[in-house]
Parts: sequence; C-alpha cells; structure tokens
Amino acid sequence: MECVFGLVGEGFAVVVADTSAVHSILVHKSNEDKIMVLDSHKLIAASGEPGDRVQFTEYIQKNVALYQFRNGIPLTTAAAANFTRGELATALRKNPYSVNILLAGYDKETGPSLYYIDYIATLHKVDKGAFGYGSYFSLSTMDRHYHSRMSVEEAIDLVDKCIIEIRSRLVVAPPNFVIKIVDKDGAREYAWRETVKDADVASA
Amino acid sequence: MARYDRAITVFSPDGHLFQVEYALEAVRKGNAAVGVRGTDTIVLGVEKKSTAKLQDSRSVRKIVNLDDHIALACAGLKADARVLVNRARIECQSHRLTVEDPVTVEYITRYIAGLQQKYTQSGGVRPFGLSTLIIGFDPYSGAPSLYQTDPSGTFSAWKANATGRNSNSIREFLEKNYKETSGQETVKLAIRALLEVVESGGKNIEVAVMTREHGLRQLEEAEIDAIVAEIDAEKAATEAAKKAPPKDT
Repeated sequence: MECVFGLVGEGFAVVVADTSAVHSILVHKSNEDKIMVLDSHKLIAASGEPGDRVQFTEYIQKNVALYQFRNGIPLTTAAAANFTRGELATALRKNPYSVNILLAGYDKETGPSLYYIDYIATLHKVDKGAFGYGSYFSLSTMDRHYHSRMSVEEAIDLVDKCIIEIRSRLVVAPPNFVIKIVDKDGAREYAWRETVKDADVASA
Repeated sequence: MARYDRAITVFSPDGHLFQVEYALEAVRKGNAAVGVRGTDTIVLGVEKKSTAKLQDSRSVRKIVNLDDHIALACAGLKADARVLVNRARIECQSHRLTVEDPVTVEYITRYIAGLQQKYTQSGGVRPFGLSTLIIGFDPYSGAPSLYQTDPSGTFSAWKANATGRNSNSIREFLEKNYKETSGQETVKLAIRALLEVVESGGKNIEVAVMTREHGLRQLEEAEIDAIVAEIDAEKAATEAAKKAPPKDT
C-alpha cells in the first residue's frame, strides 16, 4: 500500500511519499523516509521491496557522487535518470530490483523536471506521476486540478487534496506522509502530514 | 585465463628492489609538491611548470579531491596519478556505501599505499611512478591530517612534508621554520616553502587550502600573487633589519 506521487510546478518539483514500513500485517514504523536526497538538487522517491529500495537508491547516490568527483561537475537530472534506468535494465533479466522511482531534480539550464522510472526500467519524463494503489486516487486528483506552472502554494494544496483522497478511499491507507521539494535553492524537506505520531519512549 | 606470471620487480643480490628505486627516481624528477598541516587548515602547494601558451591551464589540475573532506597532490608520473586517484575516489564512495561512513584520512592513505605496494609484487606490472601527499579532516574528531605515500607502498603521517623536485631543500626549510599555525599563516608557510625552489609568482604555483567547514578551495592566481607579495615584503623587511643594527655601535 505504498503511495508515492509527485508533480512539477513553476521553478520547482515536489514529491510525496508515505512513511510506513510494513511487513505483512505488522507496521514496523510510521516515520520511514522514502525520499532520498540524491545530491544537492535531486530527489529520489522510491517504493517497493524495502531491501531493494534502500540498496538500489544508495548505490545510485554513491555513483552520482563519484561522477561529480571524477568530472568536477554534477550530473544533470536527465543523465541521472537515464543512469538509474540503465542500472535497472541491466539487472532486469538476471536479478531484478523491485523498486519504483520518481526522480525529481532542478537544473540551472533546463529548470525543474520529474522522471517516472518503474521496476522494469520504463523511463518517462512527466509533469505528474504516481506509483502504488494510491496512484488510482492521486493521479485522478492531479489530472483534475493540475495545470502547468503552478505556484508552491497551489501545488501543496493539490498534494494535500491527493493525501485526503488516499486517506479516505484507500482501504489500508498509510497514516503519515513526507513532502520534499527541489528548486534552484536545492533539495530539501518541505513538510510532514501526520495523523499518527510514534509515541516518545518514556525516560527511565 | 591468461595472466602474466613473470614478475618485473624482483630483488637484487644486495636486497634492493631496483624498479621501486627507479620509480623513486621518477618522483625526484617530478614537480615539487608541498603539504603543511595547521590546527584548522591544511595546505597543499604544487609547482606549475610554465604552461604552454595554447594550453588551457584549467584542464591541468594538479591538486584533486578524493571526497568532500580529502584531497591529494602528487609528484611523478601524472598518468599513473590519474589511475590511482580514480581507484581512490571509487574506494571513498564504496566505503560510504558499505559502512555508511566517510573514510578517514588514514584509511584512504592505507588503501592507496596498499595499491602501490601490490604493484611491486604482481606479475607483469611495474610500480606506480608517483608519491602522494594526502590531506583531510577526520569526519568525526575533525582532526587535520597529512600523509605521504611513495612507490614502495610505505606511508606515514607528517606535520609538513615535500616530495618531487628539490624536496630535500624544501623539507630542510620546513624543519627549520615549522611551527603550529592556523588559517592564513599555514598558507603562507606552505607558499614560502615552495618558493625556496620555485620561481616567484602566482603563475608558477598551484595552491589549495582545505578547512573543516568549506572543504577544498583552490586559490586564484591573484590571491597567490598577493600572498607572494606579502612574503617578499616580509623578507625584505628582515633583510633591512639585519643590515640596520651595526649603526648602533
């Protein structure tokens, strides 16, 4: 029931992911951050097999860093997306990664962009995208309300509409979400949307 | 699988590894490089032989960074350096991936030195013809470090050191003049040491400064010229002071 979705606005891209780590009927934790900061101006929101998700995204992150040290300049978002897709494709017919990715980035020359990369190495550059059962609701809501060059306020409003839709219509809806944004000033956490807070451990 | 089985680096009757010694000779012919460790700043300086007029000098970077907090300068065969630096950069990221921690300066020095040693004891290969100066800050304690490796694969930590052309003169100067410094004083000491053997001027030396907060920063030619001018002025002042006192008698 992992929900990941994102959209591109005026000079920024925003991605949202649920934060529950689930194993069959048990919720391990409800504050698992599934959106990794790939480098200063890129975000990877990933959903799928928990082990694969972390291993694969960390592998991509370190290779993106290596490219930067070797060449003195960072990868563009498109290059990073194509590299990621290539790694998924290479592994596909041997030991595939079960990870779905939304890669959001900001490049000085081309502005914000969002890439849809699914577990069988499909790559699409999109304005809005979503994965998981939540996508039935978030994609429909975004299709209804999205327009190009939305402001941050409008975009977050749309994100909240999607979260409300998921919470009310998905049978096992995740309680908490994290929202991250990337723009010319870099990639950073924007907000959390929580309905369940992990209780603080009582001090001895 | 076909593999080279004949070793090229073998012992001589009197216990020398000539290939390693010849590699050290290649280092001695390379550009002078100096490293100075301060309390909060570490400086690397490298001699820049006059750049050809048509060459784009920005594409010839002699001081490179291996990670956000580690940098390297070397003397010797620059092509060998490219290979070694590439392997070190991969190891820095690989270490971060497997143990979720940045490398310590000692770890990556040990790795590079280990690589250099491997090539003195493998079939079909020759040793790397370079000595490296590796600087960095420990990711947790924040302590500054300076290490040196050589073609034999030995490494050790230093407060200040030099390698390459005329390294003995530079080291002598450093031994006479080293003291615990910080900030700009460390930069001045490194440049003064390098100027012992290099023609004065910003276009003949490349200097990079590493601090805990800002990582590695390459100094612009203008900045270096300004510091060189400061050093020259100080030298002139001490010369003048030496000549003045006899008048008191």
